[in-house]
Amino acid sequence: MTLLRPLLIFAALLGLWQAGVWLSGVPHFLLPGPDRVAGVLLARWPELLDNALVTAIEILLGLLLGTLLGCLSALSIALLPPLRRWLLPLLVVSQAIPVFALAPLLVLWFGYGLGPKIAMATLIIYFPVTAAFYDGLRRTEPGWLDLAQTMGGSRLAVLLRIRLPAALPALGSGLRVAAATAPIGAVVGEWVGSGAGLGRMMLDANGRMQTDVMFAALFVLAVLALAIYAAVDRACRAAVPWAPERL
Amino acid sequence: MYDSPPLAPSPTTAPGVAIEGARLVYGGVPLFDGLDLHLPAGRITALLGPSGVGKSSLLRLIAGLEHGAAGQVHDGAGAPLAGRVAYMAQQDLLMPWLDLVGNVAIGARLRRARPESARAARLLGELGLGDRLSARPAALSGGMRQRVALARTLFEDRPVVLMDEPFSALDAITRHELQALAAEKLAGRTVLLVTHDPLEALRLGHAVQVMAGRPARLEPALVPPGAPPRDPGDPELLRRQAELLARLARARAA
Repeated sequence: MTLLRPLLIFAALLGLWQAGVWLSGVPHFLLPGPDRVAGVLLARWPELLDNALVTAIEILLGLLLGTLLGCLSALSIALLPPLRRWLLPLLVVSQAIPVFALAPLLVLWFGYGLGPKIAMATLIIYFPVTAAFYDGLRRTEPGWLDLAQTMGGSRLAVLLRIRLPAALPALGSGLRVAAATAPIGAVVGEWVGSGAGLGRMMLDANGRMQTDVMFAALFVLAVLALAIYAAVDRACRAAVPWAPERL
Repeated sequence: MYDSPPLAPSPTTAPGVAIEGARLVYGGVPLFDGLDLHLPAGRITALLGPSGVGKSSLLRLIAGLEHGAAGQVHDGAGAPLAGRVAYMAQQDLLMPWLDLVGNVAIGARLRRARPESARAARLLGELGLGDRLSARPAALSGGMRQRVALARTLFEDRPVVLMDEPFSALDAITRHELQALAAEKLAGRTVLLVTHDPLEALRLGHAVQVMAGRPARLEPALVPPGAPPRDPGDPELLRRQAELLARLARARAA
């Protein structure tokens, strides 16, 4: 039932879309019906798959790098309070600069390959990961800290044995946000300049008025993003089985 | 693989505890000021008083956890208590990501010592949890969780044990069982048991101290006859319970 309901909604929306296209007679270069998009999916799937692979690699490497940087930042500001005064403003500034505005610069620096896309995805998830994890590290149950103090635990031992595991559910929330936003970074990076990827494919199709190809690429991108989100969500649940279940 | 140190220290090794000139100001009002308390070595002292009188703060001062409080805490010979105190709170404070053995041995992990899992498992066995060693705390009832907390306190093997209403959140029967168990396992240690339950204080305390008023004062210690854990059906105990309740009520009215 949990899978059936979204599928039913999806089918209903497709039906509405198809009916709308038929009844209104919109030209297909403005709005292609789902039948045309399906046709493109069938005819050009090798090309779609190749590009999806490139985008997937960008997203995954961005996720990995952003998560690593975010976790390191959160742990170091939690362990060294003086560092917090220097790093927190930097964090806020990194969030205040629109990442999209940085994209052309990143292309200038890193070229047209994977580099700038991974950098975009990393930048876009760095803040949510750091903020969520640091927040979790700060909100350790005070009783646990009291207990640890009477037991004679060092600052580092308390961080690693108590504050870190206690913050994992919060980190999980950050990673879910990251999984949902990292594809945005990768695609924006591709729009600004690249030779491959789903974003690149959409841009090319747009230039040639192949709207049905755009929709096909968009569809594959959505499926890819959903799959990545679902994988991250499952991994988070498996890693912190004690965390209160959320919907 | 693991060595087996004795589980309880001999009574002679447990120091007394002296608190002198304890003072805590909370929101401009002194909760207590110039308070002295002596915990006899190897004995259970029950500290009884109404909620909010400052019992927990006094206990936390001894544990070195109350940073806003002032006062001298030493072992009667002028030496500090650091490293000789185990702490047990009203909440079990079990860590949901560790199994029972891991929870009991968390202190060793925090001190980067050998985890001594065998000793942790043996303590859990002595407290009747030998068949749940690898369970997670979430799978246990409140009484079982507090038993694990008691095992963790015993694992620390400290001569001074500070207990802050450790049984308050439990139902009557579980509480009764755990009180007897705690009295047995803590024998020989210097224990401060903070409670708001007169019967619990009378059952477990070699001496009962009543803390009341604002700023709080300690009345002369009441020493019930016999050794804890005392029989809660004893008419003498029940008479003293009534007396203590009257004393607490008087203190509140004053």
